[in-house]
Amino acid sequence: MLDDSTDNAKSMSIIVTKGSLDWAYPPFILGTTAAAMDMKVTMFFTFYGLSLLKKKLNLKFTTLGNAAMEMPMMGGHMAMPNLLSVMPGVGGAAGKMMKNLMKQKGVASIEDLREASVDLEIRMIACQMTLDLFEYTPDDMIDGIELGGAATYMEVASKTDINLFI
Amino acid sequence: MAEHELNAEGLNCPLPILKAKKMLKGIPEGDILKIRSTDPGSVADFAAFCTHTGNELLSSSSEGDVYMFEIKRA
Repeated sequence: MLDDSTDNAKSMSIIVTKGSLDWAYPPFILGTTAAAMDMKVTMFFTFYGLSLLKKKLNLKFTTLGNAAMEMPMMGGHMAMPNLLSVMPGVGGAAGKMMKNLMKQKGVASIEDLREASVDLEIRMIACQMTLDLFEYTPDDMIDGIELGGAATYMEVASKTDINLFI
Repeated sequence: MAEHELNAEGLNCPLPILKAKKMLKGIPEGDILKIRSTDPGSVADFAAFCTHTGNELLSSSSEGDVYMFEIKRA
């Protein structure tokens, strides 16, 4: 039962539109978990989400305009005022802090989750229009992905149980 | 019917599930996978995982901060 992809296996698709460190997590966590639960998963990477398919990931995180973000600090929580977020070095430091925190809490890296996505045979589609727009070629992206557009996605989505936009 | 062990202590969501799935794929039907986890969310997650995949959750228990699960591979 575990490996059979029968016709009544559930399916999920995710449109991935964001490429920052924090926003890379929801699609990869849900995608890999659904695939581990024997669902057929398709991920469509468009706009800033496309950068999550690049061979070398360099994910950044910003506190700027991130009003709900509070980092645990010395037993309390600290928000970062926008005025401080624009100071040189603050963005980089916040990103480093976030990565350290994740490591400390046993949270998987995006690199690991992406590798798991490939192992779990998630169908990953890069948006052709975004490639053109931001001047990337398929060579910039990891192996095993497909290229497609809105119609490709709609064809998948119309037959899929769960469709998410992240 | 053999038993296999997975130590997922210190790992956070969704790693315990992903590692369990990987191990289940590699063991014969009817074998038991015993998992140790420290993620409190894994209690609900392993129950949901088993319900959806058809693998049987034989037991779910805890000892201090460690959660233990026994899953029979379907």
